[in-house]
Amino acid sequence: MRRIPVTHNSGGLSLFKIVKKVVLRHDIKQMDILAPLVARKIKPGQFIMFRVDESGERIPLTMVDHDPEKGTVRIIFQEVGKSTRQLGDMNEGDSVLDFIGPLGKYHKMTGGKHGRIIGVGGGIGIAPLLPKVREFQADGDEIISIIGARSKDLLILEDEMKAASSELNICTDDGSYGHKGFVTEILKQKLDESTNYDFVLAIGPPIMMKVVRDLVKPYGVPCYVSLNTIMVDGTGMCGSCRVSVGGKVKFACIDGPEMRGEEIDFAEMMSRQTRYVAEEKTSMERYLAKEGK
Amino acid sequence: MDDKARKLAGIKQKEKTPMPEQKAKIRAHNFKEVPYGYTAEMAIEEAWRCTQCKNQPCVAGCPVEIDIPGFIAAIQQGDFREGINVIKRTNALPAVCGRVCPQEEQCEKFCIRGIKGEPVAIGRLERFAADWEAEQGEADLPEIAPSNGKKVAVIGAGPGGMTCGGDLVAMGYDVTVFEAFHDSGGVLLYGIPEVRLPKDIVSRKTDYLARMGVKFEYNMVVGNVLTIEEMREQGFEAFFVATGAGLPWFMNLKGEGLNGVYSANEFLTRANLMKAYDPKNYDTPTWVGSKTAVVGGGNVAMDSARTAMRLGSEHVYIVYRRALEQMPARNEEIHHAQEEGIEFLLLQNPLEILDDGEGWVSGMRCIRMELGEPDASGRRRPVPIEGSEFVLEVDGVVIAIGNGANPLFIDATPGLKVNKWGNILADDKGRTSLKGVFAGGDIVIGAATVIEAMGAGKIAARAIDEYLSGKAGDWSPELGE
Ligand SMILES: Cc1cc2nc3c(=O)[nH]c(=O)nc-3n(C[C@H](O)[C@H](O)[C@H](O)COP(=O)(O)OP(=O)(O)OC[C@H]3O[C@@H](n4cnc5c(N)ncnc54)[C@H](O)[C@@H]3O)c2cc1C
Ligand SMILES: Cc1cc2nc3c(=O)[nH]c(=O)nc-3n(C[C@H](O)[C@H](O)[C@H](O)COP(=O)(O)OP(=O)(O)OC[C@H]3O[C@@H](n4cnc5c(N)ncnc54)[C@H](O)[C@@H]3O)c2cc1C
Ligand code: SF4
Ligand code: SF4
Ligand code: FES
Repeated sequence: MRRIPVTHNSGGLSLFKIVKKVVLRHDIKQMDILAPLVARKIKPGQFIMFRVDESGERIPLTMVDHDPEKGTVRIIFQEVGKSTRQLGDMNEGDSVLDFIGPLGKYHKMTGGKHGRIIGVGGGIGIAPLLPKVREFQADGDEIISIIGARSKDLLILEDEMKAASSELNICTDDGSYGHKGFVTEILKQKLDESTNYDFVLAIGPPIMMKVVRDLVKPYGVPCYVSLNTIMVDGTGMCGSCRVSVGGKVKFACIDGPEMRGEEIDFAEMMSRQTRYVAEEKTSMERYLAKEGK
Repeated sequence: MDDKARKLAGIKQKEKTPMPEQKAKIRAHNFKEVPYGYTAEMAIEEAWRCTQCKNQPCVAGCPVEIDIPGFIAAIQQGDFREGINVIKRTNALPAVCGRVCPQEEQCEKFCIRGIKGEPVAIGRLERFAADWEAEQGEADLPEIAPSNGKKVAVIGAGPGGMTCGGDLVAMGYDVTVFEAFHDSGGVLLYGIPEVRLPKDIVSRKTDYLARMGVKFEYNMVVGNVLTIEEMREQGFEAFFVATGAGLPWFMNLKGEGLNGVYSANEFLTRANLMKAYDPKNYDTPTWVGSKTAVVGGGNVAMDSARTAMRLGSEHVYIVYRRALEQMPARNEEIHHAQEEGIEFLLLQNPLEILDDGEGWVSGMRCIRMELGEPDASGRRRPVPIEGSEFVLEVDGVVIAIGNGANPLFIDATPGLKVNKWGNILADDKGRTSLKGVFAGGDIVIGAATVIEAMGAGKIAARAIDEYLSGKAGDWSPELGE
């Protein structure tokens, strides 16, 4: 947080050091970043924004774990483009220039009333699901988790999810591990057996969240999702992250990212995710060329 | 020429001494500042147009009451140092105000030279004095009272917060400015583009304040990372909240969620703060279409339109529902925008943004308006003309109709009273419903001007000093509304 004042826009003086890096899968990395003020406050479902250096973009990532004593925040991210790739290329001991948080609303979904919950996580979405599931567990809720990935080698956090859930179901698209097929197939089985759940929480790619939402709706069980729209400031200032919810404009960064899913216009949201595909590609190519990769 | 001859020449000159600027055709494609500013000769010539009126009507038009005849008299004599010193007694950001104040509504509106001709170019002279000082190397620091050890927190590093911080540090307070972004300036940094306000000026001001002893902490989203209560525990005794008006309004039009539709804040932030205009060196992307419609008629709309043009849009339209005379933007900006080839579609209002079938903008359905009866504000209200709908062919839209109060800090601060629009309630000293918490600038008055935000910062600094030195008596504002 603290920067020597007169050097306000020169880089390199930040506290935000990468104290631990673990490569979970070739393109999925976990980092513990030293950011004591963020670590003290951040709660499950909230996110941070980082900026690697002066020319970097502000990129949102969800908190996966935090240690207020050590002052660290854990993030897990998939390298999908320039900024996540650049972060992924950094090592223990390196620092990022900015690390802003906590951002987003903290949403205490159950309030410790010993509920029954289904958590659905897809791909990299399993990472933000984990702290939520842990919180439900600590509250004494019964939590059935359903996680999925394209194939076995892309599945992350299986052990952690298992420890935090009352029951863990695994799916892979190609059947290389667990149930062959989509998370929604298991979800449907569960809901057909019983609709006695307080809510379903789904975090993953927008298309997965949409399909889950559509599936859950007729059962009358509330459905929450966590939105990952394109952001600039993360503080409600720009409207880049807006989504239409029941015909009204909502900002994912301050009204969410967690929101009731029933009325979200996912088609619009998914279309908006593709806004900068061409520019993102250029940025990536430039980075790879510069790094000689 | 002696003074007498100069004075005569000045009185004869009915119009402002013109300011050299980049040619419209060239500047419409670069991001450099448009006007170059006066040379010393031009400044002296213009200064002599001031007749040094005894009753100084211009001063009353300046929200921070700069001694206008005083600084102009010094420029007449070529004593630029004295000129800038007079200005700096009441205005901490002359390089900014000289450039962005709506002078025609403020100081220059009351200048007697404006009765038969053009008013004295007070803003340009102020800018000249400030730029002259900057050229002389590092500016001298003002007198700073010995430290009294009392800690004050300023929340938001826009013009309001920076002014308040500077004044308090000069009075001996231990001041920390907490800013959500990674740099200071507020709208001066992320909103107003380089063509009107070079970012160096803003950085220079930050450095100046830092040299005075103001501490800046960035990435500090107050409310989330720290609350007022926690800051009290850390020893802060008073607070000035100047978080600005940062929550863009949309029009609730069908199609506003399409790709190619921006809020002005997003469009300008990407371009200014994140430097999206320089894709070779910066990662943040932005996008402009070949035909862009900017909806609105204020400075924000002009800035968006001129930025769109510079980013490569071939046709840029300002779509405004009232007439030209009613546009709230500064005259100079309207004039510059017109010169640069921005097309003004007046008395027209959007109804719907059209989809090209793939989620991108293909046009904007609009309706023509006419001016009806005056409304509560005294302005004639635009009313739609039935059957006058048409489609404007555009592939990009920027919504620049204004900003509401950002709820982030307010939601995290229980007991802080706000009005029905979510603006913080504060009395004429900036005192809010919470003891020790002052507020000012856009978060209190809604979207306003740089100088008004600075004025609020000054008033709050004085009130905070009274409060912390026990001169103010007990806190009283209830602000029931
Ligand atoms: C609240 C929130 C939490 C997130 N949490 C995680 C997480 O825990 N782990 C994780 O791997 N990813 C997370 N994401 C997604 C992550 O932010 C994007 O993958 C990242 O921004 C991609 O940037 P890039 O430069 O590497 O790729 P790019 O090539 O720039 O973009 C690839 C794709 O990522 C999306 N994207 C691009 N820029 C942004 C942006 N500024 N904000 C949001 N999305 C963008 C777009 O859909 C884009 O097409 C989260 C997003 C949000 C909004
Ligand atoms: C594009 C544009 C053009 C304009 N042109 C002109 C012009 O030509 N002339 C003129 O006089 N006025 C103009 N204005 C209006 C003028 O800029 C504003 O009235 C003025 O900047 C208000 O100052 P402020 O200090 O109240 O807030 P701001 O300048 O908005 O600054 C507020 C600061 O607080 C920070 N902040 C917000 N929330 C938090 C938080 N929770 N914690 C910490 N920090 C926070 C923000 O990041 C920001 O830096 C323009 C505005 C815009 C948007
Ligand atoms: S600060 Fe603004 S209003 Fe005051 S004299 Fe300068 S330009 Fe005019
Ligand atoms: S009103 Fe005009 S002429 Fe008179 S003192 Fe002010 S600037 Fe000079
Ligand atoms: S990211 Fe800017 S408003 Fe949400």
